[in-house]
Amino acid sequence: MLRLETIRIAQGDFALEADFEIAPGRKTAVIGPSGAGKSTLLGAIGGFLPLAAGRLWWQDRDITHTAPGRRPIAMLFQDNNLFPHLSIAQNIGLGIRPDLKLTLEDNARVDLALERVGLGGMSARKPGALSGGQQSRAALARVLVQDRPVILLDEPFAALGPALRQEMLDLVQELSAEAEATLLMVTHDPADVRRIADDVIFVEGGRAAAPQPAKSLLEDPPPALRAYLG
Amino acid sequence: MRRTLLATTLLLATQAGADTSVLTVYAGDYFTSEWGPGPKIEAGFEEICNCDLQFSTGDLLPRLLLEGERTKADVVIGLTSDVTAKARATGLFAPHGQDNAALTLPIDWGDDTFLPFNYGHTAFIYNETMMDAPPASFDALLEMDDDVKLVIQDPRTSISGLALVLWVEAVYGDKSADVWAKLAPKILTVTKDWSASYGMFTDGEVDMVLSYTTSPAYHMFAEEDFTKKAAIFPEGHYFMVETVGKIAKTDAPELADAFMAYVLSTDFQQMIPTANWSLPSALPEDQWPEGWAQLPLPEKVLFYSEEEAESRKDQAIETWRNALSQ
Amino acid sequence: MAQRAQPVIGTTGVIAGGFVVAVVVLSFVGLGLRAEVGRGLGPAEWAAIRFTVVQSAWSAVISVICAIPLARALARRWFWGRGALITLLGAPFILPVIVAVLGLLTVFGRTGWVNEVLGALGLPGLSIYGLHGVVLAHVFFNLPLATRLLLQGWQSIPAERFRLAAQLDLPPAMIRRTLEYPLLLQVVPGAAALIFVICLTSFAVALTLGGGPRATTIELAIYQAFRFDFDLARASLLSIIQLLLAGSAALIALWVLPNFPLTAGLDRKLRRWDARGGMQRALDTGIIALGSAFLLLPLMAILLAGLQGLPEMPWVVWKTAGNSLGVAVLSIAVLLAIALPMAGWISTRRAGGAEAIGLIGLSASPLMIGTGWFILINPIADPVPLALPVTALINALMALPFALRILVPPLREVLTTYDRLTRSLGMQGWSAWRWLVLPRLRAQIGFAAGLTGALSVGDLGVIALFADPDRATLPLQMYRLMGAYRTEAAAGAALLLLAMALGLFWICDKGGRWGAEA
Repeated sequence: MLRLETIRIAQGDFALEADFEIAPGRKTAVIGPSGAGKSTLLGAIGGFLPLAAGRLWWQDRDITHTAPGRRPIAMLFQDNNLFPHLSIAQNIGLGIRPDLKLTLEDNARVDLALERVGLGGMSARKPGALSGGQQSRAALARVLVQDRPVILLDEPFAALGPALRQEMLDLVQELSAEAEATLLMVTHDPADVRRIADDVIFVEGGRAAAPQPAKSLLEDPPPALRAYLG
Repeated sequence: MRRTLLATTLLLATQAGADTSVLTVYAGDYFTSEWGPGPKIEAGFEEICNCDLQFSTGDLLPRLLLEGERTKADVVIGLTSDVTAKARATGLFAPHGQDNAALTLPIDWGDDTFLPFNYGHTAFIYNETMMDAPPASFDALLEMDDDVKLVIQDPRTSISGLALVLWVEAVYGDKSADVWAKLAPKILTVTKDWSASYGMFTDGEVDMVLSYTTSPAYHMFAEEDFTKKAAIFPEGHYFMVETVGKIAKTDAPELADAFMAYVLSTDFQQMIPTANWSLPSALPEDQWPEGWAQLPLPEKVLFYSEEEAESRKDQAIETWRNALSQ
Repeated sequence: MAQRAQPVIGTTGVIAGGFVVAVVVLSFVGLGLRAEVGRGLGPAEWAAIRFTVVQSAWSAVISVICAIPLARALARRWFWGRGALITLLGAPFILPVIVAVLGLLTVFGRTGWVNEVLGALGLPGLSIYGLHGVVLAHVFFNLPLATRLLLQGWQSIPAERFRLAAQLDLPPAMIRRTLEYPLLLQVVPGAAALIFVICLTSFAVALTLGGGPRATTIELAIYQAFRFDFDLARASLLSIIQLLLAGSAALIALWVLPNFPLTAGLDRKLRRWDARGGMQRALDTGIIALGSAFLLLPLMAILLAGLQGLPEMPWVVWKTAGNSLGVAVLSIAVLLAIALPMAGWISTRRAGGAEAIGLIGLSASPLMIGTGWFILINPIADPVPLALPVTALINALMALPFALRILVPPLREVLTTYDRLTRSLGMQGWSAWRWLVLPRLRAQIGFAAGLTGALSVGDLGVIALFADPDRATLPLQMYRLMGAYRTEAAAGAALLLLAMALGLFWICDKGGRWGAEA
C-alpha cells in the first residue's frame, strides 16, 4: 500500500497537498487542469521533489527520504526515457543493474522483456533508430525488468497518435496486471481513464483528492471535475 | 702543465680499480647537443682520465643556487662573466688551480676561481649583400638613417643583451642615455633571447643583429656563406667569456683537477672554435683552425671587472629601459 | 528535505581540485623556504603589471569579437574539408612561441609577405611592432581557441531549435535574439576570461612584437627576478599578483555565467535552414576565407621553412620527439584524472566559481611552480629524473582550464537532461560515469585530450631548468638548434613539432568522435 501521509510539496508560490492511500494493484489515473500539479505529485512520489511536510510510506516502510532509485518505484517521464548513446538492450539492462554488469541470466531477461513488448531482434539498435512507438515500448520493457511494485507514468505517450497511445495503454495494463503492480498515470483524456483506470485522483486548487472509483466519478462528476471535463 | 696532467692521469690509472669513477659536469643547456662541444670534450677527456664524464644540463646558476650544498656537480662549465659574482657568492667553488698565464685572452685575467675556456665580443652582424654602407664605428652606427633596422636582446633576460648595455656604458659613459635615444628609432624590436634575434636576422626582417664577433665564422666554415660580417668598431667591443669552475666539496677532486687541466690543453682548446663557434681561451692564434685567424676581430676590447659590472648593471639597464620606453 | 542523491558525486572532484591547489600552493611554500627579502616592486614592475593587464584585456576582447563571426560562419556552412580546416585552425594555439613569432613575422613583418604586396601596389607599409602587434599575435594564438569554444556552443544548440526557427521563418535578427545571443552570453565570458588569463603569462611574444621594453609583461619581470637577480621573493610576489589578476578575471567571468541548461535533441546531425541568402552566404565565405588566411599564412611560412630544413635535421631530434610524445601521453592521463572528476564536481554546483581553481595552474608562472617543486624535491630526491613527470604534471595543469571549459557546459547539460532518469534507475558513481557521462562526452573528452597532448608537445615548460641531455624534449631541442646557429634544422624541428602536435590532436579528437552516431 502506498500511503501519502499529509504531504505538502512546495515550489516557490505553488503548493500541493495530499493525504490518502492507494491500495496495491490498483490502476489509478491522475487528472486535472494544466498546471494543477499532476506531474508534481508524481515527481514527489518518485523522489524527485522534496516534501515540505508529511511522510510517504510503502507498506510499513517510510520512503520519504529514500533516493529515487531505491524506492519501490519505476517511472517513465514525458521525455528522455532512453539514453540515446546506449543500445536498446543496454537501456533495458540498466533497469536490472545500473552498472550494466549483466549475467547471462540478466541478458535473457532483457531479451524476454523485448519479446514481450514486441521489439524482439531490435536489441542492438540505438533509440534514434526506432520510431516513437518503439521507443515507448523499449521504455516499457525496462519498467518490466525493473520489476518494481509501483509504476508511475508521467504522460510518456503524450506524443503518440491516438491508436498508438491506446495500444501502449493496453500494453501497460497487461504488463502491470501480470506484475500485479500499482499503477499511477497522469492523463488528460477521460477515454484513457475509462479504458484503464480503476480509480481517479483529481488534482486541482492545490489539492490532490483521494482516489475515487473511476466509473462512478466519471458518471457523476463533482462541479470542479465537471468544469474540467467540459 | 703537461707533466702534471700526465702525473694525474697515471695516478688515476693506478687508483681506478674495477669501477670507473664518475665526474659530473654541469653544463649550459646547448652544451651537450651533438653539434655542441660536449660530446667531443667527453670523448677527449675520457680517453685520458680512465673515468666516466657525465654531463648534466640545465639553467646553470639558478640550479646551483637552488641545490646549494647538495649539488652533485664536481665541475661547472659555461658560467658567463655576468653570473660569476653570484656563483662566487655561493661559496661552492674552489680555486681552479691552473696557471692563468697560459691564457691567451685579449685582457688580463686575474681570477683564480673561474677559468675561462672560450671568449668572444659583442658585435652587430650584417649581411654585406643587403647593406651597402655598414657603419665603420659606433658613432657611425648612431648616425645611420633610421630606416636601417636593428634587433637586440633584452638586457633583463639575455646575457648578450646585458653585454650590449655594458658596451654602451663602457664606450659612452654619461652620454649613454643620448646614445640609446639615437638608437631607439633604429631598434625594430627587442627579443627575449639571442635565438629569436638571430632568427629574425637570417629571415631578413632586420638589417643588423646584436650577436658576437665570431658569428660570421659559423656561416663561413659550416655553410660556406661569406656574406655575414661583423661590423668592427674602433671604439672597442665588449668582451664576453665563458668559464669553468671546480666545486669545493667535490667527491672526485683529482678528476676535477684533471678536468681543469684538460680545459687548458691544446686538444680541448682546438675543439672550441668549430664546436662552440667562439675563440679559444688558451691557444696562440697560429694554432687556431684554418681560416680563423683571418676572422676580423676588434683591436680594442672593453671589459668591466665583476664588481664594476655588478655596480653599473642596474643603472645601465634602467637607462636603456627609459630610453626605449619613450 | 529529501536527500539529493547526485548521480555524479563531488568528492573525487573536490580531491582533484584540492590536488591542483596543493601543487600550486606547495610550490610557493618551496619558494618561500628559499626567498630572502629582496628589493620589492619598483616602478618598472608596476609598469609591467599595467601593460600586462591592458594587452591581455585587448587580446581577449578582440579574439572573442573576431571569433564570433568566424564560429558562426563555420557553424552554418558545410563544405569539403571543413573538419580538416577546423583542426588546422587550431594549430597556432599549440605552436612554440619562437616558431609562431618567426612565422608571424614572415607574413606581417617589415619585410614580410603583406608588406611586399603592399609595396608592390605602391602602398605604404604596415609596422607590426607595438601594442597592436602584441594583440595581433595573441589573437593569432587564441582566435582558434575562442572559435572552437564558440563553435562547440553553436553546435550544442539542438537541431530542433533551428527547425523551429525555420518553421517560423524567423529573420536573422530574431534568430540572433532567440538562439544565438543566449548562447553567446553563456560562452563568451568564459572564453574571454580564459584568453585574458593565457595572455597574462605571455612574455617573449609580447616583448618581440611589442617592439621593446614598453611591452614588458609580468612574466618577463618574473623571469628577470628569477634568472638575473635570483630574487625569489620578488619573483614569487609577481607570480602571486599574476595569480590574483587571473583569479579575479576568472571569478568575474564565471560568476556572471548564466546557468541555463540546453535541452538535448536525439543526436541528430545538425541541419540548418537559416542563412541561405546569397548575401549571408557570401559574407560567411568571406569571413572563413579571411580567418583562414590570417591563421594559415603564418603556418604556411613555418611549413615552407621547415620543409627546407627537414633534411638538415640531425637524427637526435627524432629521439627527443619520442620523449615529447611520452610527456604528452602522460600529460593527457594526468589531465583526465584531474579534469573529469573536477568537471563532475563543478557541474553539480549551481555557480561556476569552482572552475576558477582550474585556472590557477595556468596563471601561476610554470617557471615558479617548477622552481618551487625543485626546492621541495631536492632535499629528498634527485629532481633530474623527475624532470619529465613534473613537466607532464605542469603541462596538464596548464591544459586544465581549457579542459574544464570544454567539459563543464556539456556535462552540466547531460546531468540536467538525464537527471531524473539516472536517479530513477539508481545509477550512481562509476555507473553514471561509465554509462552516461563518458559515452555522452566522448567528443569533448577527445577534444580536451587532444588539446592537452598538443599543448604538451609544443611547450618548452620547466624542462629547461633542469633537463638532462637524455631527457630533452622536442621544443628544447629546437631551441638548442637555434642557439647553435642551425636555424634551418630548427625550422625542420619546428615543422616536426607542429606535425606531431597536430597529429596527436587529430587522433584524440577523431577518437572521441569515432563511431559516434551521425
